[in-house]
Amino acid sequence: MNIIAIDSTGMTASVAICCDGRITGVYSITHKKTHSETLLPMLDEVKRMTEFDLGLADAIAVAAGPGSFTGLRIGAATAKGIAQALDIPIIPVPTLDAMAYQFCGTDRVVCPMMDARHSQVYSGIYAFDETAALEVLSENRAVDAAEQVEAAAGFAKNRGTGIVFLGDGADAYKDLIKDLMKEKTDVSYIFAPAHRNTQDAGCVAVLGEILFGQGKAVTADAFAPEYLRPSQAERVRNEKCDEKK
Amino acid sequence: MKDTLILAIESSCDETAAAVVKNGRTVLSNVISSQIDIHTLYGGVVPEIASRKHTERVNQVVTEGLKQAGVGLEDVDAIAVTYGPGLVGALLVGVSFAKGLAFASGKPLVGVHHIEGHICANFIDHPELEPPFPCLVVSGGHTHLVRVQDYGKYEILGRTRDDAAGEAFDKVARAIGLGYPGGPKIDKVSDEGDPDAIVFPRAKVGDSVYDFSFSGLKSAVLNYLNSCKMQGIEVNRADVAASFQKAVVDVLTDHAMTALDEGGEKVFAIAGGVASNRHLRAAFEEKCNARGIKFYRPAPILCTDNAAMIGAAGYYEFMRGVRSDYSLNAVPNLKLGER
Repeated sequence: MNIIAIDSTGMTASVAICCDGRITGVYSITHKKTHSETLLPMLDEVKRMTEFDLGLADAIAVAAGPGSFTGLRIGAATAKGIAQALDIPIIPVPTLDAMAYQFCGTDRVVCPMMDARHSQVYSGIYAFDETAALEVLSENRAVDAAEQVEAAAGFAKNRGTGIVFLGDGADAYKDLIKDLMKEKTDVSYIFAPAHRNTQDAGCVAVLGEILFGQGKAVTADAFAPEYLRPSQAERVRNEKCDEKK
Repeated sequence: MKDTLILAIESSCDETAAAVVKNGRTVLSNVISSQIDIHTLYGGVVPEIASRKHTERVNQVVTEGLKQAGVGLEDVDAIAVTYGPGLVGALLVGVSFAKGLAFASGKPLVGVHHIEGHICANFIDHPELEPPFPCLVVSGGHTHLVRVQDYGKYEILGRTRDDAAGEAFDKVARAIGLGYPGGPKIDKVSDEGDPDAIVFPRAKVGDSVYDFSFSGLKSAVLNYLNSCKMQGIEVNRADVAASFQKAVVDVLTDHAMTALDEGGEKVFAIAGGVASNRHLRAAFEEKCNARGIKFYRPAPILCTDNAAMIGAAGYYEFMRGVRSDYSLNAVPNLKLGER
């Protein structure tokens, strides 16, 4: 099976091609948020360097959210265009699941965090079972950073293990995490090393293939990103409607 | 000669649109998915919601565009897409999608200027129309008086210094309780009003005979409404709408006629959303006829944001050898004639 993978949900733009279980090419840039200008040229480059025939692609895996609204749409719309032209399905891969999957096989609880502004993070809490399958302990949500650290510590304590924090949310709230964890002397924690701290399309491809096997692929038309948050205008309007009730 | 087919995509504001256009002049399909019902709830276009809806609908709209034209993606010669001006988030959906489509199909990609698209809507169904000619572009976001020198070559004679004409329509409509979108509502209500009931100012911009200003007019309407309220006078909405509209129409037609007198062309065209305003069309018809000038305007469906016009503009760009690469970005404030 051949998969094209894309992640443009955060500061990192990442693309990968995975052929029959082998990542033949991956290209990631964490520089400026100019994904609209860089993402497709990067994929074109990987395609050419690996002499990949697009006609052989079976599916396109996309980091489907949460993430920057604009970044999500650049990835989603690019994938939708490619999928329509090639008549292949899209595999939506939850962004945080793919980030957690970088630590496949660890005994620790994995807590990827994306900076979501307003003192919040987009985050989920994960563990891996004995077969190294990804287990979701806490669903993806937009949550106060402190609350999520407490939740992760709770899971780790119950399981008698430690925590890995990763992502730009963990970077942004590093001091807060350190402060909160200082009180939890029975739970160890680490921050991910730089090479596993950002979104990686290779992980999107590998996890995408697993999800494909579970029948999670959708048509290009049916795919839409998972924002986790309504637009500002909808939030304000909903609040007003609630007040009236 | 072999026909050239352009698949065009437009998503600069709140319409998701796709079209297939043959040789720049013949529309094989023109699919428009409007989001107006959603944005009406908020009294105007909400950019984040527009962007989300474009993402949800783009595949369906493009599929339908190809289907109605009776062609497949393999049959088109190039993919044209609006890359500015417009709402950046909305533009990005069309641009990213078109790039993905072009990348995976190997078809050439042509980035198109939204306003050039509006102007080129006049080429559709008017095979005899050729540059040079002056054209007035009036919409919710734009008010430009331009001279189309050649295909893809534009000289800007005048532009608005503040509000676009369509924006003034929206604001006045809101002030007199007509709601959104203002243009069509004022157009309709005006039928029952007296356009000479209230005299609103026709603004002149000191240092340019062709530039426009509509914010003063809008303020004059608001002041009028306010003073009526203070004095307890009941406002006749139809009279306000008709008088406001007449002030806009007078300024637009005056500037255009000055340009025609200066340039000596015997052809004139209008374009953009406000170009479907019936009173504006009638005023231009009359003034052009009196001067022996042939007046062109697109069919109303081609005045609103649509992809057929992008296909027409894209065709001429494509034939001139314009190609965009995969780094094509959305440019929200793209200037006319800029690349």
